[in-house]
Amino acid sequence: MQIDCPFCGARDIREFTYLGHETYIHRPADEAWSDAWNDYLHNRENPAGMTRDLWFHGSGCGAWLVVTRNTVTHEITGVELAREASRHAG
Amino acid sequence: MAELIARSAFQGLLPLRFGNVEAVEVMAATITSVSPFRGQETKVSKALEKAVGVPFPDAGRVIARDDVRAIWTGMGQCFVLGADPGPLPGAAVTDQTDAWGALAIEGTDARAVLARLVPIDLRPDVFAVGHAARTLFGHMACVLTREAGDRYGIMVFRSMAGSAAHELEGAMRKVAARERLQ
Ligand SMILES: [Zn+2]
Repeated sequence: MQIDCPFCGARDIREFTYLGHETYIHRPADEAWSDAWNDYLHNRENPAGMTRDLWFHGSGCGAWLVVTRNTVTHEITGVELAREASRHAG
Repeated sequence: MAELIARSAFQGLLPLRFGNVEAVEVMAATITSVSPFRGQETKVSKALEKAVGVPFPDAGRVIARDDVRAIWTGMGQCFVLGADPGPLPGAAVTDQTDAWGALAIEGTDARAVLARLVPIDLRPDVFAVGHAARTLFGHMACVLTREAGDRYGIMVFRSMAGSAAHELEGAMRKVAARERLQ
């Protein structure tokens, strides 16, 4: 498996570390406990199909990436910088 | 004041020569990391060029003028080798001179040796002269550059110099052994 890093180009999986679903970059704004916080911390989908996950190019450029990947076919259909994905989401 | 004896990162470990490939230590007078803060990239690049003659390089590239090189070393970071840019407003600047061990590997089979250690596409038209990559050298983080057709530069954390020389020697011996069979 390879991930096409926006800075480095197509790189082997051994250069990357997996964190989890992109939920982690959509932190609830409010400080008080809420259902949103419960979802943010604990609840994840387990899709058979498309998912968007955070990967760290630690043995490369050091960028955090949002990788759109199909869990059934393992096809990767999109890679973007996490900071840009986060900015677009507001 | 005490007279201290300088010891280079690869002292006693390099040079190595097997078959047509030679690896030698490369000493940089200075290594400085430059990381522009968000939104300051253009300003810092101009200030850097004014200070040492080379601007901030594009991702995966090296810019060289005379004895000074700017090597892209990751997201929002480059290393300046051979001249001290001094403080650059709008950027984090740190002295890295003694933090890295640097070597050059050269020879017809240099690419074949690297291919045993580095998991990137090293084909000459993909990783061309003047390109730089952050990648792995064995299990170590490295800065890899292609300096000429058959010449590559490798930088590893100084504390990893012994492991790097060990890995390199193994790969060089194996490539040379295959060459002898042909
Ligand atoms: Zn990368």
